[in-house]
Amino acid sequence: MELFTNQILAGIATGAIYACMALAVVMIYQAIDHLNFAQGEMAMFATFISWQLMQWGVPYWGAFVLTLIFAFIGGIAIERILFKPLAKAPILTNVAGFIALFAIINSCAGLIWDFTIKQYPTPFGSAPFLGSQLISTHQAGMIGVTVLLLVALFFFFQYTRIGLAMRAAAALPESARLVGINTSWMIALGWGMASAIGAIAGMLIAPVVFLEPNMMGGVLIYGFAAAVLGGLTSPFGAVVGGFLMGIFENLAGTYIPGVGNELKLPIALALIISVLVVKPAGLFGRHIVKRV
Amino acid sequence: MSAAEEVVAEGHEAVEAVPKRAMTLGTTTSLVVLAALLIVPAFAKNFIIFQITMLLIYGLAVLALNILTGGSGQFSLGQSAFYAVGAYTSAVLMEQFNVNYALTLPIAGVICFGFGYLFGKPALRLSGVYLALATFALATAMPQLLKLNFLEHWTGGVQGLVVTKPDAPFGLKMSQDTWLYYFTLAVTVAIYVFSVNLLRSRSGRAFMAIRDNEIAASSMGVNVALYKTLAFGVSAGITGVSGALGAIAVQFVAPDSYTITLAISLFLGMVVGGVGWLPGSFVGAAFIIFVPNMAESISKGLSGAVFGVLLFLVIFLVPHGARQVAIVSQQMLGKLRK
Repeated sequence: MELFTNQILAGIATGAIYACMALAVVMIYQAIDHLNFAQGEMAMFATFISWQLMQWGVPYWGAFVLTLIFAFIGGIAIERILFKPLAKAPILTNVAGFIALFAIINSCAGLIWDFTIKQYPTPFGSAPFLGSQLISTHQAGMIGVTVLLLVALFFFFQYTRIGLAMRAAAALPESARLVGINTSWMIALGWGMASAIGAIAGMLIAPVVFLEPNMMGGVLIYGFAAAVLGGLTSPFGAVVGGFLMGIFENLAGTYIPGVGNELKLPIALALIISVLVVKPAGLFGRHIVKRV
Repeated sequence: MSAAEEVVAEGHEAVEAVPKRAMTLGTTTSLVVLAALLIVPAFAKNFIIFQITMLLIYGLAVLALNILTGGSGQFSLGQSAFYAVGAYTSAVLMEQFNVNYALTLPIAGVICFGFGYLFGKPALRLSGVYLALATFALATAMPQLLKLNFLEHWTGGVQGLVVTKPDAPFGLKMSQDTWLYYFTLAVTVAIYVFSVNLLRSRSGRAFMAIRDNEIAASSMGVNVALYKTLAFGVSAGITGVSGALGAIAVQFVAPDSYTITLAISLFLGMVVGGVGWLPGSFVGAAFIIFVPNMAESISKGLSGAVFGVLLFLVIFLVPHGARQVAIVSQQMLGKLRK
């Protein structure tokens, strides 16, 4: 029984990483209806920027805030320059664009900061949390930040005018435009926010997986899977999905014989697909009715 | 963020509707291209012949994806898995059971057809991003499955298998590469003709009806479940044959040659060639074979970035891929004739 609870705790700790990333994935999906394959790379780049700022002597929280601003502006710039012209192009062309962006960012980061693994500091310390060896204070802090972010997003979308406008632009763009919402800028804003959330995720993940240009590859896959599991239309679902992913993965690794590190991911994905076969819109997703 | 049900109007289709006449080339153009392909080996070096062989092989794999996505409107990021199964079927049969290489192709095709058809069954309930994720899972799982211990006796585990290159039959005096090129070309032409006819047939019309509007198709009496799984099966079968050809051409199979990167390349090939335009598959294959090399030669350190920029250029200039180029040039030719 102790092994079981321990594995669940460890699962929640890794799940926090996936939850962070899934939140960013859902944010951009809300705004533009696509999964952004370059999201992980954007987060990685922002994390490198914060690392660089700290190398230049900026304190952690200063670098944190500067990086958020950079990521926000960067996200908007990418949307304005690269993806706004593609808004009318077929969806698959957009996906190809994301893959191109992925290649560009990854290769540039590799050139600027090279591929050696770097240590990244944590503001929460890495002592055991409440005497448990499985969760460190950093991981506890990460869970805290994820939950805080979720609450902040909830209030933003539910109780601010601009949050309402963003929801309207995502749900019914035509009608939103008719009541005077600038839907095009709402999309850009969505990109900016998603990029900033991604940057937070990156900075929280970096102390665990270490900083290098390919650090986000695995995390993003889990983030996508978590977002899809929770329902792509629900930020709350994304966070729950993230934690479930972490728990699944740990339990599968412990209890199913013959599952090493290599088979963890396929098994977790297979589980998600079985969930999707039963609930095609994800656990907390809105059911979308099609009009003929 | 409300839980209320929401009605989404159509008009935001995932795959655009391509009329079936626009999906192929005219007879004259096709024959000219074929003639050019037939005489190429007379002028080219062995390495170039090998590269064109690979182009045809990847072209087939992209064509298979094109039938699935452009024809029936289903996404797949799992083509690399079918490609791997085809390659391994052929390699294992040739090396462990001494089956003739030409015979392994239909076997690989049939096995992959069954595999794809079975995979298509549960995938029926999924569409769009969810289907992309499911196929993606298949693609990430495949290299790991090929490494499994109890299969190692046949598959050679992590090390993979070395495949012997076939000699030209009937005492023909040509190099192995040239023979393989003609062999691949014959298979490619056969499959291309089959695909064109498939899309023009009753089944092809059913695929397109499902792509354009699933609900309307089912109310017209199209068996949506059957044709969707059938599209998966056919696509997987063709990918399997191309995988088998690939194994023979490269002379080597290993689990790590068939990762998600391959699936993404095939996807890019389809987009660059034009979704739903079959001849474009080969243009797309040329893109995914030659452009990464080109990017490498422009800048070693930034090859990824150069590739990305080139890809952006292509999708900015021609968002509908090579099909758009073909249509525009056809119109210009028409004007010249007047």
